[in-house]
Amino acid sequence: MKYGVVRFPGSCDETDALLAAERLGEAVLLWHTDRDLSGVDAVIVPGGFSYGDYLRVGAIARFAPIMREVERFAAHGGLVLGICNGFQVLCEAGLLPGALLPNLSLRFVCRQVQLEVQRSRSKWMRDVRPGERLSIPAKHTTGRYWAPEPVLDELEAQGQVALRYAPGSNFNGSSRDIAGVCNHAGNVLGLMPHPEHAVDVLTGSTDGLKVLTP
Amino acid sequence: MTRVRVLIRPKTGILDPAGQAVERALPVLGFEPARNVHVGRLVELDVDDPSRVPEMCERLLANPLIEDYEIVPAS
Repeated sequence: MKYGVVRFPGSCDETDALLAAERLGEAVLLWHTDRDLSGVDAVIVPGGFSYGDYLRVGAIARFAPIMREVERFAAHGGLVLGICNGFQVLCEAGLLPGALLPNLSLRFVCRQVQLEVQRSRSKWMRDVRPGERLSIPAKHTTGRYWAPEPVLDELEAQGQVALRYAPGSNFNGSSRDIAGVCNHAGNVLGLMPHPEHAVDVLTGSTDGLKVLTP
Repeated sequence: MTRVRVLIRPKTGILDPAGQAVERALPVLGFEPARNVHVGRLVELDVDDPSRVPEMCERLLANPLIEDYEIVPAS
């Protein structure tokens, strides 16, 4: 298994994502101007503030040369995981439904959250069972998942809601407690919490590895 | 070149915590309460062809899923 971790100017979690992926396989960094994916089996779009998040979170990164390759890769069933800013980028790129809005509190929040694994089409999180709880940190200002009500109904009906915040963990005000969604094919997953920060007992949880395992 | 202003605001029906924060802050400062406050963005640009601005809004300046935009010619 070879992971590619995209690095945009302003990314800040790509090194942790790389180190986390190296616990599961081979991992390489991909630069935002790259025009090929170096033959990776899975792409991680990491957290941070791509291109300064100017204009709107994820809005500029979506037009990076590497994203054209990521879109092509995803269209052919390639595994893509967007974490935090990566999730925002994938939503802006139209690879995932919905959008991320400012937290209801308008504050940056950094805390451990409990996630409930849903029965879903996701091709990531191979070894988890629906109902299982994962303990993973979240840290963001713009993480309130939103989509129009009919879209939310459709996502639930189609098994595209992959993760929900457990009771008491939805600090950002996400619609229907949604923490992570996948596309209809299941190969593209996005979530606001950071699995790459939960890969070692030293920092309290290794549940992140379960998310990173396709 | 034509000067164009694009006003971008959260779509009606989407909770706007920034607008709510302003609503709460005004009476604290002694102002009359204000209702339906929404906080958005203003993008100003000089363009040769203003007819292309709607497409710019759809593809970059706004996210049409969550934001409404209004194009205003600037004098």
